[in-house]
Amino acid sequence: MPEVQLRKRAIVVEEVFHEGGPVAATPLRRAAVLAVIHNPFAGKYVSEIAGFMEDLNPLGLEMAKALVAALGGDPKIVEGYGKGAIVGQAGELEHGALWHVPGGYAMREILGNAKAIVASTKKVGGPGTRLDVPITHINASYVRSHFDSMEVGIADAPKADEILLALVMTTGPRVHARVGGLKASEIKGQDGLR
Amino acid sequence: MKTKIRKIVTFVEETRSEMEKPVDPPTRRAAAAAVIENPFAGNYVEDLTELMEIGEELGGLLTERAVAALGIPGASAESYGKAAAVGENGELEHAAAILHPKLGTPVRKTLGKGAALIPSSKKRGGPGVPLDIPLGHKDAAFVRSHFDGMEIRVNDAPRANEILVAIAVTDSGRPLPRVGGLTKAQIKGEDGLR
Repeated sequence: MPEVQLRKRAIVVEEVFHEGGPVAATPLRRAAVLAVIHNPFAGKYVSEIAGFMEDLNPLGLEMAKALVAALGGDPKIVEGYGKGAIVGQAGELEHGALWHVPGGYAMREILGNAKAIVASTKKVGGPGTRLDVPITHINASYVRSHFDSMEVGIADAPKADEILLALVMTTGPRVHARVGGLKASEIKGQDGLR
Repeated sequence: MKTKIRKIVTFVEETRSEMEKPVDPPTRRAAAAAVIENPFAGNYVEDLTELMEIGEELGGLLTERAVAALGIPGASAESYGKAAAVGENGELEHAAAILHPKLGTPVRKTLGKGAALIPSSKKRGGPGVPLDIPLGHKDAAFVRSHFDGMEIRVNDAPRANEILVAIAVTDSGRPLPRVGGLTKAQIKGEDGLR
């Protein structure tokens, strides 16, 4: 399979102190790492693409490490995660699906066996396209306080023959979470759901 | 701190190749943005001193955040810029009060030098409005390789009564600059221009 060619990397960190209510004792942080890579399958239909997932593993690990570093270096503070991809217009949505395995496993490995499925989304778009990356709790998908999202994008990416890959991590619940549901303190941690 | 901050967001972009030609070392830009309450939203207020003082606080805070995001000492920064977006209940003059009278001094203190004008832009807009922060060399405004810009946005800001204030700092100019003009090696550094 082809080599991964990286054009650009970006890191965004949001620190939320309040959203009109009481100022949080610990601000919520959301961080995203974005990588813009060449799409080796752009411009034509290629039937065998799955091998590229393995080629993306080292990049996924590097990105997950960069995210933890951007949040201060301690993986234990990460409570939520998500991932996504924007495929440039000469590619197909299926190329974005190549990111599910390398992106997801990289974060789980770095976070020490997180149990929940990594929420994800993907689309085809031009430079500057924004993606709302869904976020859920890393150990139990049903934790309601941690359902969140982070909007990401880069003004000059993806070009037609590129893919923008995204990983997102958060350090806690929504800043004024108060709509009930399963709490992080109630996680059983057996099935990744509750 | 006088400034009421809802949120701080940092951005780092690293360009590793252009048109498949490596950029080595990669060019890097960082921006730090604060979402603040506009104390004068909804009213015409003659005396904008409070916003000028807010500008002074943000000049230090945001420059420190941007330099920290690049992981460099302030003195190693090469170019800079500033910008603000005022929510719909404020006026453009509010952005001017933050950006122009007092913000520059703490920026220059953090970066060690900074003889050149800090290029700026401002606008009024709704949540998610993009800000194109102009960039220029911090010691000599005419250094052509460092004329640049960085687009940022925060999807939920500025709300109607808020102002988004951003400072961008780089450790480099454009990737692969080749349109001539004054180079950074030729800086005299006396007048902030050349």
